Amino acid sequence: MNATAETQPQPVAENEALVMARRRRAQKLQILSLFALVIVLPLAVRNSYYIHVIIFIGLNLILATGLNLLMGYAGQVSLGHAAFFGIGAYASGILTATYGWNAWPAMLAALVVTCLVAWLVGRPTLRLKGHYLAMATLGVGIIVSVVLRQWVDLTGGPAGMKTTGITTFGWELRSDADVHYYYFVWGWVCVLTILFANLVESRPGRALRALHDSELAAQILGIDTAAFKVRAFVISAAYASIAGTLYAHSSMRFISPTPFGFQTSIALLVMVVLGGQGTLWGPVVGAVTITFIQEFLRPFGEWEIVVYGLILMVLMVVMPGGLARGLGMLWHWGRERVGRLRAARAGGGA
Amino acid sequence: MSAPRARALLQVSELSKTFGGLEAVSDVSFEVREGQIKALIGPNGAGKTTIFNLLTSVLPADAGSAQYDGHELLRLPTYRVAALGIGRTFQTSLLFDQMTVLENVMVGHHLHGHTNMITAALRIFGASAEEREYRELAMDALGNAGLADLAGRPASELPIGQRRLVEVARALASEPRLLLMDEPAAGLNMRETERMGEIIQQTREGGVTVLLVEHDMSLVMSISDEILVLDGGRRLAEGPPEQIRNDERVLAAYLGEEALD
Repeated sequence: MNATAETQPQPVAENEALVMARRRRAQKLQILSLFALVIVLPLAVRNSYYIHVIIFIGLNLILATGLNLLMGYAGQVSLGHAAFFGIGAYASGILTATYGWNAWPAMLAALVVTCLVAWLVGRPTLRLKGHYLAMATLGVGIIVSVVLRQWVDLTGGPAGMKTTGITTFGWELRSDADVHYYYFVWGWVCVLTILFANLVESRPGRALRALHDSELAAQILGIDTAAFKVRAFVISAAYASIAGTLYAHSSMRFISPTPFGFQTSIALLVMVVLGGQGTLWGPVVGAVTITFIQEFLRPFGEWEIVVYGLILMVLMVVMPGGLARGLGMLWHWGRERVGRLRAARAGGGA
Repeated sequence: MSAPRARALLQVSELSKTFGGLEAVSDVSFEVREGQIKALIGPNGAGKTTIFNLLTSVLPADAGSAQYDGHELLRLPTYRVAALGIGRTFQTSLLFDQMTVLENVMVGHHLHGHTNMITAALRIFGASAEEREYRELAMDALGNAGLADLAGRPASELPIGQRRLVEVARALASEPRLLLMDEPAAGLNMRETERMGEIIQQTREGGVTVLLVEHDMSLVMSISDEILVLDGGRRLAEGPPEQIRNDERVLAAYLGEEALD
């Protein structure tokens, strides 16, 4: 391969195309291996507590993937993403428990409501230059949090409310076996990850990355940057809503306002930044790390947010691109060194 | 090519813009005819880039009009200007630095694609086919520009000469009818400048009208059909290169700046 490339100038371009095709195949392979891991993991992990934690990793991964689309690709920040998580959870919780809907149409209705709220918030603010969306979402976060606590008739207030399970054509997802819910949630994770990977490598995905780099250059190529930002925001809210519904119907069969507050919004932000904005693997790394930190810090309550602050500060100094990128760079560096050593040894041998 | 009878593709009338008290562009009128290479020249601060910014609605104009193919440009948002078939390159080569060279050119195809977020995510209604098609088109475009072996490189790694070539390839991928080029030869060495001159001429031969801001006088004189000279935001002279070269007002304006030719 190398010899022909050196003697003839023409095949260089073809090699380039091959290299890029190989890179895309490698990415597909990475996603597939994640799925394989998801399938076999419950066989290795029998402890139901850990299964429970891994379900939460899945929910956080869905949330972080959506937020990653907004932050890493569209270059906008949401400081109230837990609110969309909450709207999704309560909308489907109320529709099923109070009004007796089936969980599937309830999920769809929750999705519509969440997207509508996101669109109403995003449309006016994303037409302006600057981080107005961050301010507006902060407000949404506060409002939703207050509504969940105060509208006791509807939400049960701070005491929370009971929810139902998910029934599909008369077949109910069993609540006593967490493994079923594990596969259900991770099935969603897989589907939503594929959709995300497809979206990023497409015309609208490139439009988002383009406007993140240079809004002016994107507009001059015909990209309606404001509209694309609004769409990215709505999709990120939709991901949060789906995670909310999955949370509401999980085996606890109970929701309260606490997980949908400011602390969760910040945790999601840290997941995306820690893992690495704008990468496919960033949310995975972030969701796994932060979920374990959350579990570990559960007894310490408010201290959680202090830890997030520390993580952000250290990260900005040491690895501003996030863990996924940093580890990737380390991997490439290591491979190059090994390659060079091998080449040196082969050269010495000949 | 530049038959004087060709119709005006762009008709700018009495265009004005002031920054604070400074008249950056005042009362400038000119036209660009279909198939022309027209150059805007003038000393620094003459208002050349400002005119590009007004035409593409990067800045709002204070007064005047710009008729392009039956449309008034001045009150359209930038992305709508692009949709009418107007491309632009920038003085500083605004590439998408986080993306590869190939992806940059693929963004150039944006206007001609149809895939939206839903069809892209689900890979339905021809989304995959469109993606493949634009990948191949972009690869061909890079091949024609002699940049094929850079396709997978991040744009941020390119030296200035290649950045300019990629930016032109990206602008051409949007298949504009009128291309505004802001100092395409700035920062290029002699060989690269010559190559850029060839590319501009090939672009015109491909049916694209070119409006050019450029400081490199030998490039301007050799490829332009017509030159508009600005000074202090005002129109100073207009005509074919031979006439501009010998215009005394132009020579006076450039005195102490740089010699013509």
